[in-house]
Amino acid sequence: MTKHETVSFREAQSRYKGIFAWIFSTDHKRIGLLYLYSIIIFFFTGVILGAAMKLELLAPGKTVMDAATYNAIFTLHGVIMIFLVVIPGLPAIFGNFMLPIMIGAKDVAFPRLNLLSWWIYVIGAIIALSSLFMSGGPPDTGWTFYAPYAFKTNTNMLPAVIGAFILGFSSILTGINFIVTIHRMRAPGMTWFKMPLFPWTLYGTGWIQILATPIVGITLLMIVGERIFSIGFFDPALGGDPILYQHLFWIYSHPAVYIMILPAMGAISEIIPTFANKSIFGYKVIVISTLAIAFVGYFVWGHHMFTSGMSGTALYTFSLLTFIVAIPSAIKVFNWVGTLHKASIQLETPFFWAASFLFVFMIGGLSGLALGALATNVHLHDTAFVVAHFHFIVFGGVGFAFMGAIHYWFPKIWGRMYNSKLATSGWIIFFIGFCTLYLPMFFLGVSGMPRRYYDYVERFHGPNIVSTIGSWVLILGLVIIVYNLIRSAYKGEKASKNPWGGRTLEWSVDSPPTLENFEEIPVVTRGPYDYRKKTEA
Amino acid sequence: MSIQLHRDDDASKLGMWLFIFTELLLFAGMFIVYGVYRYLNPVAFHLAASELSITAGTINTIILLISSATIAMASSALRLKNKQLTIILLLSTLFMAFMFMTNKYFEWKGKFGHGIFPGSDDLLRLGHGDTLFYGLYFFMTGLHALHIVVGFILISVVCYRVNNNTLTNNNPVLLDNTGLYWHLVDLIWIFLFPLFYLIP
Repeated sequence: MTKHETVSFREAQSRYKGIFAWIFSTDHKRIGLLYLYSIIIFFFTGVILGAAMKLELLAPGKTVMDAATYNAIFTLHGVIMIFLVVIPGLPAIFGNFMLPIMIGAKDVAFPRLNLLSWWIYVIGAIIALSSLFMSGGPPDTGWTFYAPYAFKTNTNMLPAVIGAFILGFSSILTGINFIVTIHRMRAPGMTWFKMPLFPWTLYGTGWIQILATPIVGITLLMIVGERIFSIGFFDPALGGDPILYQHLFWIYSHPAVYIMILPAMGAISEIIPTFANKSIFGYKVIVISTLAIAFVGYFVWGHHMFTSGMSGTALYTFSLLTFIVAIPSAIKVFNWVGTLHKASIQLETPFFWAASFLFVFMIGGLSGLALGALATNVHLHDTAFVVAHFHFIVFGGVGFAFMGAIHYWFPKIWGRMYNSKLATSGWIIFFIGFCTLYLPMFFLGVSGMPRRYYDYVERFHGPNIVSTIGSWVLILGLVIIVYNLIRSAYKGEKASKNPWGGRTLEWSVDSPPTLENFEEIPVVTRGPYDYRKKTEA
Repeated sequence: MSIQLHRDDDASKLGMWLFIFTELLLFAGMFIVYGVYRYLNPVAFHLAASELSITAGTINTIILLISSATIAMASSALRLKNKQLTIILLLSTLFMAFMFMTNKYFEWKGKFGHGIFPGSDDLLRLGHGDTLFYGLYFFMTGLHALHIVVGFILISVVCYRVNNNTLTNNNPVLLDNTGLYWHLVDLIWIFLFPLFYLIP
């Protein structure tokens, strides 16, 4: 070894210059930021599409777009947000950046494979979005590409489906990389149960990515085969069964929800003990419930299809399993609340995000039980209630955890502090906007407004106006947050190594970290959330 | 080994095994579809399957089994530092892969000659069961053949690198992982062969 590096990973020189030093970098921190910047671009595209839908729903009848455009927009909104933003979101950004540091490693196990998965991601994204610019327009099937409409529609299905297939590869490779990294590269002394909870959730996520993604991969290939060669697997006219498509699709796409939410739970499990200045309550139980969610999550896909036609036994079984998978999530909520009990809480922006995460996640989770019950599901199926539930979990759960995580790790990643007042006001505006946007949709759903319709009858008008206004408030909050973060990345005051008093390993390295993270690999002797006495330094 | 160069062969093996899980589940999706449609169309699947040549299928099975053996022997030969034998065994694996594809080509060509290919009018006239059986046959063996091609490229790279001494006894993991991949391709065929040729 030569003399240790003292410059941060941003200034470190490599054999490439300028932008090439980023897009050809195998440094896990640079790759994490590459993901961050690309995902942010897609996120804002998705937000604009979502806002356009809310604008259309401001009044009954045609407001700003016709029905076909609306169909294309909700499909694109779904495809972009699910496949390009939320699935890679936390694992690919914060997983890449933080995982090696948190387990005391210099990089992931396969750095070049890591770079390859970013490139695959970008290629997949470009192919998926190219349908926008082709004659015939973007697909209009919804992000689920349900058969048989997926091979009957005249819109450009193939780019979207092939793009999603390629994105699956990126996800699988990231999963393999993380699992091997966690198995092989933990610092000496870091036993499995001394590992922080964010890496634990990435571990669970990795297994879901490896075991569930290929199923949707092959299913999407079958859709491609269906469109090009008319092989007939899902076409009733050729003897195929469209319900089989739904099964195969949800065998992946339900576990995919856990690919999204598990790392979010991991981030919350990091933020809460740090700002409570207290060891997390029930560490092992959180680990076990993480693995339980990853495992049971495979066996609940049928609850997306309660009205599609299944045997009575299948219905009861899937409903029961759905209730069972809610238990480990609830256990986690109890653990987080238990950690806060009698804690001396630091009221900082990441904590506000984590606390509001608990609030929206509870609403999302409990409304999920209403959908998991067979009788209410029949009434609520395909209504705005489902949309509200889904957004409370995925935008509320994952989105809030993401916002919490980006504020929490901001000093570590950029080496500067954000403006706390601006960040907190951004949070409160976003939070109010979020609730105003999605809470009315629960009422709309219960009173019978279907989802994916660009028009509605007059009696749904009131809540829809409230909801649309909520979308404007939410966007205002988002603009404040993003403005603050971008400004602070350049002009914020310099951050110390450990501004929040965290105990996990990432707080023991420089902000921002050096190229190699650690001068020498640390030896771990204590648990990750040991607040009993101060660490030295 | 220098200290700076991080190398972890166990990690590479673990990564390969995880990738193999992924591949198996990719085909598992197809096996589910096969299972469902065989259950729904037992008679048509029975009759359609008897149209496939068991001889051709058996020959291909034998070819793949032998090729699996030769690549495993290549791994051992490399560890025994016998470069020449390693290359001979790798080249014979490549030859088997080529023979498999040739055999497959004539099999498919024969079916095409009878107007049996996805979306053909003749196939549609035969009815739903036959359409699905041949759809699955072409889709699954086609996907498998694609894996053979990928394996062929991988083995060629390994062979090239053994020849110019960049892959030796000191770092055999690329050959081992290629061998694992080739066994996976073999394993999948071991399931495809009875499903399409033998069960009727």
